[in-house]
Amino acid sequence: MEITGSIPSGGVCTPCLDERQNSVVTTGKTKTRIHCADDSLAGAVSQRACVYSGARVVLNPITDAAHLVHGPVGCASYTWDIRGSLSSGSGMYRNSFSTDLHERDIIFGGEKRLAACIDEIVRRYHPPAVFVYATCVVGIIGDDIIRVCREASERHGIDVIPVESSGFISGNKIIGYRAAAHALIRLITPKEGEVIPKTRRVNLLGEYNLGGEKWLIERYLREIGVEMNVACTGDSTVAALKQIPGGYLNLVQCTGSMHYVAKLLEEQYGTPSVDVNFFGAYNTAESLRAIARLYDEPGMTERAERLIERETTRIEPEIRYYRQKLEGKRAAIYVGGAFKALAIIRQLRELGVDIVFCGTQTGKQEDYEQIHGMLKPGSVIVDDANPAEIERFLVEKRVDIMAGGVKERVLAHKLGVGFVDHNHDRKECLAGYDGAVTFAREVFFTCCSPVWDSLRRQPDWEVADGT
Amino acid sequence: MVPDPHPLHEVNENQCQVCMPLGGVMALKGIADSMVLVHGSQGCSTYMRLSMVEHFNEPVDIASSSLNEKQTIYGGEENFRKGLDNIIRVYRPKVIGVVTTCLTETMGEDTGRMIGTYLADRSLHGIDIIPISTPSYSGTQSEGFWTAVRDLIVYYTTTVSPHEGVNIIVAQISPADTREIKRIARLMGVMITLVPDISMTLDRPYGILYEKIPPGGTRREDIAGMGGAKATIQFGYCCPDPLSPGKYLEEEYGVPLYNIPLPTGLMNMDRFIRALVSITKKPVPQSIMLERGWLCDAMADAHKCLAEIRPAVYGDPELVYAVSSLCVENGAIPALVATGTTSSRFSREILSLTQDGERQPEILEQADFSGIGATAAQKGVNLAIGHSGGKVLTERHGIPLVRAGYPVHDRLGGQRILTLGYTGTLSLLDTISNTYLEEKYRTYRQLRRTEFYDRGGVIHAET
Ligand code: SF4
Ligand code: SF4
Repeated sequence: MEITGSIPSGGVCTPCLDERQNSVVTTGKTKTRIHCADDSLAGAVSQRACVYSGARVVLNPITDAAHLVHGPVGCASYTWDIRGSLSSGSGMYRNSFSTDLHERDIIFGGEKRLAACIDEIVRRYHPPAVFVYATCVVGIIGDDIIRVCREASERHGIDVIPVESSGFISGNKIIGYRAAAHALIRLITPKEGEVIPKTRRVNLLGEYNLGGEKWLIERYLREIGVEMNVACTGDSTVAALKQIPGGYLNLVQCTGSMHYVAKLLEEQYGTPSVDVNFFGAYNTAESLRAIARLYDEPGMTERAERLIERETTRIEPEIRYYRQKLEGKRAAIYVGGAFKALAIIRQLRELGVDIVFCGTQTGKQEDYEQIHGMLKPGSVIVDDANPAEIERFLVEKRVDIMAGGVKERVLAHKLGVGFVDHNHDRKECLAGYDGAVTFAREVFFTCCSPVWDSLRRQPDWEVADGT
Repeated sequence: MVPDPHPLHEVNENQCQVCMPLGGVMALKGIADSMVLVHGSQGCSTYMRLSMVEHFNEPVDIASSSLNEKQTIYGGEENFRKGLDNIIRVYRPKVIGVVTTCLTETMGEDTGRMIGTYLADRSLHGIDIIPISTPSYSGTQSEGFWTAVRDLIVYYTTTVSPHEGVNIIVAQISPADTREIKRIARLMGVMITLVPDISMTLDRPYGILYEKIPPGGTRREDIAGMGGAKATIQFGYCCPDPLSPGKYLEEEYGVPLYNIPLPTGLMNMDRFIRALVSITKKPVPQSIMLERGWLCDAMADAHKCLAEIRPAVYGDPELVYAVSSLCVENGAIPALVATGTTSSRFSREILSLTQDGERQPEILEQADFSGIGATAAQKGVNLAIGHSGGKVLTERHGIPLVRAGYPVHDRLGGQRILTLGYTGTLSLLDTISNTYLEEKYRTYRQLRRTEFYDRGGVIHAET
């Protein structure tokens, strides 16, 4: 090993694993369709998580519910307070409850322990609902969590909702989103004879209030004359979620997790839905216009246009400054869902940055086609990328900046590549006009940091052999 | 929130530990040219990676056999083999550690047998595949770590002729700590085999060629020779005998064992130096004596500040014991000592630290942060020392936190936290004092005002 002080330009790049070749395409070259529905390949160090994690991510922001992970303690400890969702009220959701199964429970079953844990939580904290998440082991030992939850629910007169999220069903988070969707529907289904009156308010599905994003969007909506019923699930409460059926319209933001819920809501309560996207100035404007069109109320479109005009003008000088600095830089994107990838592609392009490499953990065929259409020829698209592939393309494609999650960050830094966080535990608001500025600023900070030049500077002295 | 008269006992609320395979991974990452396969479903290994990446700020590759529902029912062997194939192709490791998860342990997967068949079928040369059993429902990362270190040593050691080297088996410490141990050994002129050596593998300097398996780590040849060493020094003071790698070397190869606490604190570091002296019969160099002198000088300067501190110490038993001992010798008697695991030695050793004093700490085993928080508040704890989980103590009880141990995910530089040796002890001691002073200077004006001015200056006035 030799410390040269030069750019660590990557080792010899190993070719892709054969089984993964259909998961990688180059725009304008490869004809084959990308394979994205495959399970993660064993031994390939997938960045994917599990069904439980998918479900937990969706439900965790429900602020006043208790979230109880039924399984060995680790599954809970890794997911304790890992999201940046903010709350205007209760902080209950930031606790991590675990049934902490031990060997005897694995042998004799964990149902008794689960019931006792629910009882304790209820006795101690009186939450309006308890979500009970099944982990892999529970799936194997065959605990009937549905029955335990039903009985506990009757005992305590509150909602105790089973989330059927045994992780081994699939390594794919999408299945976890499904499990969460079913749990949500269970929670919001009105009791026999109860009718939730329809209102003129909107539900915002797939908004998790990271860095206060829900609050910002709520302001925009209020300004154009639309009240928010509840966001699903950012800064929501159990009581507020139960009002979902009263929504006039469902705005669907994170497609990966919430289209399914929207579909169920349409079937059961006749609520129509529309896709929105509040990441980036362009998307925000388009979303506000679409909402105004659907409401068809006098003055709403004008109010929306006024807001768009005012905000666009306000942020324009700062964005222009960053654009000047960033024009022509080369970017890589690797994120969980395609929704996020598409939003980031658009935002980076608004800043004059070229996207040369893009991948997601859970994108679907249609998503990849859309991504394909947005990238210049010669760019690489990868489904379920592993670190070896990410390393290879960061080097090969001479990437200046990468957008992704924590695991990608350290790799990018090691290779001397700038990085912006676009993950669940971020502390900044990246939505709306303020978010667009924050995003641009982050890209600028990392891309144009003096650090990269300092690191590249070669010391001119002679280095001795040995230690 | 109204406190409950019965503390929680069934549910674990806000965990003080991570899981057993992670400890195994931690040990394996300190072996040269190694890779890890976590046999189970994808999530466990992704979570472990995430946790380690956040702490070490390094890429940490951990492969998974990615079992899905079908394999869970019919057995995971096919995926297991595919996993090994792919690791070997992409990473070209010399050592593959296979750790199990709750899932595969519950399924009853026999990784030992599966490895045997795999090796026979593939006729691979130069690759060792080592099974390590780590069901998290029967232990935490502490047990996982010792199990893995022990299994590695059992796997590699053979009868060799006696040599002058000394084995040093460390607990879960940081890369910076590991470097400190190596530096001290160098200063003492002792040849050591240090296991596991994460000094490079989990803390790569910038500027070296990026390779998929980081450079550094204990070489398997060196582990093989551990049975011929003059002695073993093991920082496994609370490690139960059946898991103790040093105990194994003693029983199997007759290598004398010095099982001592982590060298944090004057007394513990003296024990380490004394052990090195008695093994090698070498004098201690002046430079080490100077470092000791600086620590003693700092202790004299800090003692009154430290006397005001009522710390809570929590985390891995080894760290907790050593830090508690540091606190005790400086007059900051811990009010609360806690660990997420349980061990026959832990409570006994902690108690023996304070047996002569008037104040005894409250000791919690299998603790969670609901228990630690409640006890801390009740005992008037005014500073906590431990991993990032303790941020709830700050948020909910206003207790300032000195971050040490694993994981530290909400601050930078988890891999660089230095707490060992005279020098590391000194820097930890300063951090403890200064964290306390910062809080004190921030609040004392208002406190004194409330005490003596707002209450009209009447001492012990009824409110
Ligand atoms: S199943 Fe076991 S090994 Fe996997 S994360 Fe949970 S506790 Fe850890
Ligand atoms: S055991 Fe299953 S639920 Fe728990 S972390 Fe592992 S994959 Fe996820």
